[in-house]
Amino acid sequence: MNKETFHYDNRTVKWFAYATMLWSLVGMLVGLLAAFQLVFPALNFDLAQTTFGRIRPVHTNAIIFAFVGNGIFMGVYYSLQRLCKARMFSDMLSKIHFWGWQLIIVLAAVSLLAGYTTGKEYAELEWPIDILITLIWVVFGWNMFGTILKRRERHLYVAIWFYIATFVTVAVLHLVNSVELPYSWFKSYSWYAGMQDALVQWWYGHNAVAFFLTTPYLGLMYYFMPKAAERPVYSYRLSIIHFWALIFLYIWAGPHHLLYTSLPDWAQSLGVVFSVMLIAPSWGGMINGLLTLRGVWDKVREDVVLKFMVVAVTAYGMATFEGPMLSFKNINAIAHFTDWIVAHVHVGALGWNGFLTFGILYWLIPRIFKTDLYSKSMANTHFWLGTLGILLYAVPMYWAGWTQSLMWKEFTDDGTLKYQFLETVVQLRPFYLLRSIGGTLYFIGAILMVYNLIKTIRSGQAVNDEAAEAAPLSDEYVPHHKEHWHRWVERKPVQLLVLSLVVILIGGAVEFIPSFLIKSNVPTISSVKPYTPLELQGRDIYIREGCYTCHSQMVRPFRSETARYGEYSKAGEFVYDHPFQWGSKRTGPDLAREGTQKLRKPNAWHFNHMYEPTSISPGSIMPRYPWLFENDLDIDITEAKIKAMQTLGVPYEKGYEKIANQDLMKQAEEIVADLKKENIKAMPQKEIIALIAYLQRLGTDISAEPINTQK
Amino acid sequence: MKFIHYLENISGVSIYPLTSLLIFFVFFILLLWFVMKTDKDYLKEIEQLPLDNNK
Repeated sequence: MNKETFHYDNRTVKWFAYATMLWSLVGMLVGLLAAFQLVFPALNFDLAQTTFGRIRPVHTNAIIFAFVGNGIFMGVYYSLQRLCKARMFSDMLSKIHFWGWQLIIVLAAVSLLAGYTTGKEYAELEWPIDILITLIWVVFGWNMFGTILKRRERHLYVAIWFYIATFVTVAVLHLVNSVELPYSWFKSYSWYAGMQDALVQWWYGHNAVAFFLTTPYLGLMYYFMPKAAERPVYSYRLSIIHFWALIFLYIWAGPHHLLYTSLPDWAQSLGVVFSVMLIAPSWGGMINGLLTLRGVWDKVREDVVLKFMVVAVTAYGMATFEGPMLSFKNINAIAHFTDWIVAHVHVGALGWNGFLTFGILYWLIPRIFKTDLYSKSMANTHFWLGTLGILLYAVPMYWAGWTQSLMWKEFTDDGTLKYQFLETVVQLRPFYLLRSIGGTLYFIGAILMVYNLIKTIRSGQAVNDEAAEAAPLSDEYVPHHKEHWHRWVERKPVQLLVLSLVVILIGGAVEFIPSFLIKSNVPTISSVKPYTPLELQGRDIYIREGCYTCHSQMVRPFRSETARYGEYSKAGEFVYDHPFQWGSKRTGPDLAREGTQKLRKPNAWHFNHMYEPTSISPGSIMPRYPWLFENDLDIDITEAKIKAMQTLGVPYEKGYEKIANQDLMKQAEEIVADLKKENIKAMPQKEIIALIAYLQRLGTDISAEPINTQK
Repeated sequence: MKFIHYLENISGVSIYPLTSLLIFFVFFILLLWFVMKTDKDYLKEIEQLPLDNNK
């Protein structure tokens, strides 16, 4: 058969590799800043833009979407062309994809630092950027499918299945979770409220882990590990089962992020069952990766690429064993809201994503530049620094998590809580310091890598268009064996896409439909009223400053929590919360009942505490918020906010948006008058007043008194 | 206060978990059946795909 000559596009791969290197350093550096801020609060610099609540989302978004995102595209653009024996479909689309994605990253960083956030973790970007993400994602999919359709290899290797599933699922997740109602050019409210918002958010959040941090990387593992080991994958059969089982099960597991919350029990149980089942495909994949090295383990000693990959796959195995364990209710009761979760995700991020990316970079760059790696010993040093860094990061965080949980739950013989929350914070500082040192080691390793790779790049010459040849596909497909139904899928990318979509939609539908059917039946509590205009404004400041990164608003039904915070949280309390603010981490105490009699502090307390937390709580690691005392509240936007809330079904009276500011000023004056009694001079138009109003409102809608059943 | 009572009010709500279980079961049986019966030579050919770029 006549062979066609064509060229692989290495230029785009090269660009994505550069972006991966750049954003890895940026993302990690921001992470280091956040880590050190928890030890030395002075590092918040008393500036809004550099405060933990804004830095932390920049770190998570940079690592997930900038570092790992570019890593995915680098690997996909390289492997897809070779597996399809075809150049990428369109150079123009590749260019738009690359620059569009970098634009998103820059806009994300700038807008998050400026305080534009939806307040939903890993989906913090506001609506204009959400639209841009959708467009660029479509460009990526278009380019990928164009390439697949003009391929010269009949069969789609399993890596491509993972890429297709990634594309489809991320699109669905992003669209469903980003339904929001804009009320200004850069701000919006989540369409969903309270419990439903939480369910959609963690369905998204969990599957962002599954389909952004896992499936594309498994595709990369199935391509680059055989490449690096120079032998085929251990079992192709296993990879088929791995693929379908993984994408089928993952989509169901989201509710395990919401155990013991106000989410319905059946949804929690569903999440647990599917999380536990996930061990099977996850470990199937890990074993398949590791056993690819059967017979060539001696190479692992020599080859730094394989070293990184082995640790990456091992970390994947550990994290995917730990995940299902954490989803058991009894373990979750201990781990949730603690640093244990931070340790868990960093085993995944530093170990699995980080090390696999490093391995691929060390393999790829010398090949694109037709040269040898500048320094093998430097790469080895990177490997050991990174491994040590992961250990030094994870071990203190596990320890911190357990310490935290045990201290929260400890009672004295008299039946009272043994520790103040602040005591647990003080106890954890040494662990936070050790973690920061671990992170620093890992970061130094990454700097070495970037230096090493730049030196490598300088010593070679990029082959931007790599010549290759392959025979075109014949029009008629002649199966050389018995045709099988699954093989029909394997040859047809569109069928594969549709089937993947169906598989993931089943899980989503079963979880969502009942929750939305009962929308009218969410047990409304008659005493739960919409926020006053001032409280609503205060709530938006709470979201803007990222308070949810350290404070939860969800009292779980445990004695240790009801004793500390008061009555456990009910779904009906959150029906006007667009978005929900349940949080996922308690670096500081829960705030769900902050305004109730049990926990209520004077306005003056909040005023002083927000200005200088340590003046009230010595040893506190909370940042200062001096700008809230200088900034005037934007009351011109109140009308648009109330209107948006009315559209979303919050029962403000008709026409209330016009007079809302009167109520707002009245309430602000009351707080100012109260502060005056404590000899504090404050002005009613300042942002701090709105925040105090919101904090004082929290949890007050329902009685703080537990229902006494023993009469 | 428990949601389960509200779910009970949705007529035929039990169809959701049952349907998903059924789909899940059938899907995996078919998948296992296919994987067991797959021809060895064919698998050999496919798994070489990442390795034979220059052919």
